[in-house]
Amino acid sequence: MTITDAGSSEAPQLGDAGGAPVKTDRTMAPSRLFKNYGALVAIGVLAYLLLVWAPGTMTAFRLGNLGKYCALALASMGIGLAWGRGGMLVMGQGVFFGLGGYAMAMHMKLEAAGPGEVPDFMVLYGDGTMPGWWEPFRSGAFTVFAIIALPVLVSFLLGYAILKRRVKGAYLAILTQALAVAFATLLIATIKQTGGFNGLNTFTTVFGHNLYDPEVKKNVYRVAAGLVILFLLILWQLYRSRYGELLLATRDAEERIRFLGYDPANIKLVAFVAAAVMASVGGAVFVPIAGIISPTNVDASASILLIAGVALGGRASLLGPVLGAIAVGYGRSSLSERFPTQWTYFQGALFIVVILFLPGGVASLGARLRALLPSRSKRPGPDAAASEALA
Amino acid sequence: MTVSFTGEDYLEIRDLTVDFDGFKAISGVDVTLLQGRLHFLIGPNGAGKTTLVDALTGLVSGTGSAVFRGHDLLTMKSHMIVRLGIGRTFQTASVFEQLSVLQNLDIAAGVHRKPGRLVRARRKVPESVEQALETIGLTSLAHRPAGILAHGQKQWLEVGMLLVQDAKVMFLDETVAGMSTGEREETGELLKRIVGDRTIVVIEHDMEFMRRYADFVTVMHTGKVLAEGTVAEIQADPQVQEVYLGTTSEAVGHG
Repeated sequence: MTITDAGSSEAPQLGDAGGAPVKTDRTMAPSRLFKNYGALVAIGVLAYLLLVWAPGTMTAFRLGNLGKYCALALASMGIGLAWGRGGMLVMGQGVFFGLGGYAMAMHMKLEAAGPGEVPDFMVLYGDGTMPGWWEPFRSGAFTVFAIIALPVLVSFLLGYAILKRRVKGAYLAILTQALAVAFATLLIATIKQTGGFNGLNTFTTVFGHNLYDPEVKKNVYRVAAGLVILFLLILWQLYRSRYGELLLATRDAEERIRFLGYDPANIKLVAFVAAAVMASVGGAVFVPIAGIISPTNVDASASILLIAGVALGGRASLLGPVLGAIAVGYGRSSLSERFPTQWTYFQGALFIVVILFLPGGVASLGARLRALLPSRSKRPGPDAAASEALA
Repeated sequence: MTVSFTGEDYLEIRDLTVDFDGFKAISGVDVTLLQGRLHFLIGPNGAGKTTLVDALTGLVSGTGSAVFRGHDLLTMKSHMIVRLGIGRTFQTASVFEQLSVLQNLDIAAGVHRKPGRLVRARRKVPESVEQALETIGLTSLAHRPAGILAHGQKQWLEVGMLLVQDAKVMFLDETVAGMSTGEREETGELLKRIVGDRTIVVIEHDMEFMRRYADFVTVMHTGKVLAEGTVAEIQADPQVQEVYLGTTSEAVGHG
């Protein structure tokens, strides 16, 4: 399986994190400590860059862009979990991104309309009456609940139906992608309820805070970046847990797992649902930053762009999907500024180069370079000797 | 087909038939697997040995009944059969090559773990895992990836995983195939050590290995049970001699 070669990446892997030694003499070897907590150091550096450095130095416009990439990174982390670790190529994460995004947008739309009032587009396109299912989204608490509960419900039902029937590989990819197409089509067709192709836009406040206030904008960015760090910490723990090992084992040998008494569908379902929630939260924080959510943010090509970022960064690694999402976002905006018509070709070329020469993604670059240095590549030998000398 | 002694837990297979689109890979097989013995399942290629185990572990569907502890295995899913205490190995060793020996065993121990404990990292090695490591003699290789193990060691690791699962019935599919003489001997001794109150069913082609370690033998031929008994009884059976034992080269030809 080609997916396993992503396993050679530098980021946490089976055995790196929390690999419990039987004999205690190896626990304290420096390299082992570094392996266990190196990822935490990296998360710390990223936290500094995103939460301290960027807000202090970037213009409001650039910071807003970075916030959007953070929102996409949240969805990408879910893809890293489902695809990189679980072997499920989920090509329709736009659906869950959209669930969270539209839930948030509906709330903000109702906030903009004011108490008891109806969103402007419903007057414009419809007869000025609001469908009943919009009503609960007036409540901020309900909206936050829905941002989590909706993707859990939808992904559980979908995942249960798909995974219990042992649908996998390309079939799963096509099925999930078809869902994204269907979702976008549904949105476009229901202009009176969802704003159709234009989506939902022209917001004024988010949870009562004025969106045009620079300080509010900064705080919205801080929430997005903070969630990236929080999700990274959750994934770090998940990847070093027994569940993380089990998920990797399921990815690599699903049938074998069955004969250890596990139902692989359940193991994968957990990752599928978690990935959906991450995408939904990403969608929810995307809306106040971007100021819009529309079918083009959730359709098949938006979903594939997420996949591209994950593949670029390194799907099986912890930080890869985040770095990939941010890199693709930056590449997109800076290339499209300079080469408005050709930038997609650059992106496509970069994607091909990475898949061909660096299948583990950019995150595996460090490990690749280290392997090229002969003196340092045989690390287990001296390390073992050193730890024995210490003992 | 009378059985000389009875154990407490036994797996009773009655009238088991596996039909592949009209081809009966197994037809009307009755076998009783008793506790505490090494039960060998032999027969020429295509006799239906592996298919029998596949049917009992939920890989192929069959008719009839196979009752263990009041449950009919033929109606159950693979992972539930495992949870009932029935484990198996495959002809080609299928350990998780990227995981260490220890992690392989630890994953096998998960059957008896509550879901909530899965989100925690492993801090210490469970006792059952340490014991299994000791039993299969791989303690010194605990932290090596399973992929680097020799063929025989991989098979022992599989047996170790069954031990950690605490399988009461173990089906071992051609475990000693491809092993050196020394490894075969070690495997035989290992099986004798662990059998205890378990039922160990060994599918085997190696007659020498069978003669040495079998407590009881079932001979299959063209999807049916041809004969059952101790090694001596089987060897004395003219039918068995004809299709399989001793006069192998000519017998297999028209078998």
